[in-house]
Amino acid sequence: MSRASAILLAALLLAIPLSLVAGRTWIFGIEESRAMLIVAELRLPRALLAVTVGAGLGAAGAAMQGYLRNPLADPGLFGIAPGAALGAVLSFSFGLAASGWLLPILSLAGAGAAMALLALLAGRGGGIALFTLAGLMIASLAGALTSLVISLAPNPWALSEIVTWLMGALTDRSWADVMLAAPMTLAGIVVLARAAPALDALTLGEDAARSMGVDMEKLLMLLVAGVGLTIGSGVAVAGIIGFVGLMVPHIVRPLTDRRPSSLIVPSALGGALLVLVADSVLRMLPLVGELRLGIALSLIGAPFFLWLLLRLRRGGTLGLT
Amino acid sequence: MLEAHKLALNDRLRGVCTKIAAGRVTAICGPNGAGKSTLIRLLAGVLEPTGGEALMDGVRLRDLHPRERAREVGYLPQEPQIAWDLSARNLVSLGRLAHGDARREPVDAALAAMGLEALADRPVSTLSGGERARALLARVLAGEPRCILADEPFASLDLAYQASLAQHLRTQAREHGRAVVVVVHGLSLAHNLADRVLLLKDGKLHAEGPPEYALSSDHLRAVFGVNAHWLGEPGAKVLSLAAGDA
Repeated sequence: MSRASAILLAALLLAIPLSLVAGRTWIFGIEESRAMLIVAELRLPRALLAVTVGAGLGAAGAAMQGYLRNPLADPGLFGIAPGAALGAVLSFSFGLAASGWLLPILSLAGAGAAMALLALLAGRGGGIALFTLAGLMIASLAGALTSLVISLAPNPWALSEIVTWLMGALTDRSWADVMLAAPMTLAGIVVLARAAPALDALTLGEDAARSMGVDMEKLLMLLVAGVGLTIGSGVAVAGIIGFVGLMVPHIVRPLTDRRPSSLIVPSALGGALLVLVADSVLRMLPLVGELRLGIALSLIGAPFFLWLLLRLRRGGTLGLT
Repeated sequence: MLEAHKLALNDRLRGVCTKIAAGRVTAICGPNGAGKSTLIRLLAGVLEPTGGEALMDGVRLRDLHPRERAREVGYLPQEPQIAWDLSARNLVSLGRLAHGDARREPVDAALAAMGLEALADRPVSTLSGGERARALLARVLAGEPRCILADEPFASLDLAYQASLAQHLRTQAREHGRAVVVVVHGLSLAHNLADRVLLLKDGKLHAEGPPEYALSSDHLRAVFGVNAHWLGEPGAKVLSLAAGDA
C-alpha cells in the first residue's frame, strides 16, 4: 500500500466512528436502545453510503484526469452523471419514485444509456478528442431533456421533489441504497484500476501509448464501464454531487509519485473521506433545514476550482510538466 | 526483421517497399509532406495502413497483439509529450509496460546507457531538454525492443545534445544489434549518422541506399529542387548549397 493510501485509510477509519456518534443528536448520553437504533438504521448506512459515493467520485475523477491528461477534468462533464440524473427525474415525473427501487433503476438505466451512447460515438478509433466532444454532447442533451421533463412536471410536488433530489444528498437513505451502490462502485473502481497502467502510458501521448501496446479502444471501454458504474450508481442513490471528482485527485496528487495509476486508490479513499466529513459536518450545522450535500460541496468546490485556475495563471503546474 | 511491403496510407504514403536491417541506422529523409512521419508511424504500428503491410519477421504487424508488437518495436514520437511530472525513473519504467513486469534491471540499464543514473529520482520538469530527450529514449530502451523507431528526435536539441543522441543511437545499432530507424530533417546529420537512407518524395520512395548514393547531388536536386553538394571527408560530411539556392 502506498504512503498516500495508508494515510487516507487511517483518516477514514478514524472518521467513520466519529460520524456515527456525531449529529444533531449526539449518541453519548441517550438511552442505549435508541442510540443503537440511530446508529444501525440511520447513521451507519448513511456513513457507508457517503464512503461509497465519495470513493466512486474520487476514483472516477482520478481516472478521467489521467485519461484526458487534464487536471481540470471532472467526471460529471462526460454525460454519465447527467444521464443518470435524467433517469431519476423521469421516475419522479411519472410518479414512480415512491416505490423505492424504481428511482435508482431508472437512474442506472439513464447512466447505462449515456455510457452506451458514449461508447458508440467515441468507441471506434478511440480518440480522446472524440470522447470529449461526445461526452459534452451527451451531457448537453441529457441536461436539456432534464429541463424539458422539469418544465412538463405534472404537479408542484413532483417539481419540488425533482429539484430537491437534483441537489444531491444522503439524508434518509437506507441499507437498500448501500446494497445497490456499494457493489457497483467497488466493481467500477476495480475496472478503473485495471485501466490504470494504460493511463500511465498515456502520459506520453496517444501515439506513444499505442506504440507501448495500449489498445485505445479497450481503454475507452474500460473507462466508460468504470466511470459508468461508479458515477451512475452514485447519482442513482445520492443525486448530483459535483466537484468531488475534480478536487480530490488534486489534493491527493502531491502525496503520490504523480503517475495516474498511483492516484486511483488514494483518490477513492480521499473522496470517501471528503464526502463523509462534509456530510457529517452538514448535519451538525445549526440551520433550520439541512444544507444539501451537493450544494455544500459545490460551494466549496467552485472557489477551489477558481483557486486552481489562479494557480495555473501564476505559472503553477498542477502536477503537469 | 521489420519490412514495408507496398505500404500505403491514403495519398500520404503510396506503396513504399523496404527492408529494415538489424545492426544498422536507417535515416528517413525528404521534404516536408513527403510522408516520413507517416512511414515511421506505420512501421511502429500506431497507424493502420490503407494498403500494403508492415511486417515483422514476415508476420503482419496488425496481426500481432499490441503488447507483442510493442515488445519488438520501440517508438519515440515526434514532439513527445510528458503530461504528468513523473520522476525520470518512473518515466523510463513505462518501457516495461508491454512486458507486464516491473523489473528494475532493464530500467537501471537504460538509465545507465543514457547517463541518467544521477538524475533518476528527479522530476522530469527539472531536466534540461537534452536530458529529457535521453530519458525518453531510455524509456524505449527499457522495453528491450529489437527495433527502435524515432521520429525527429533531434528537433529542438542543440548541437552537443544532437551529437550525444546520435552517438547513443549508433551504439544501439552497432553494439546491441538493434535496427534503428530515425526520421531526420538535417541532411548533414543524416549523412553522418546513417548507414542507409530512405529518401522520400510525395509519398513514394525516391532513392534508397548508403548516404553517398541516396543523398547524392542528383537525388537532392530531384527531390528538394536545390543544387547542393557535399564537402569534407567521409564521416564528417557537410552539405553546401550552391549560390542562389540558399
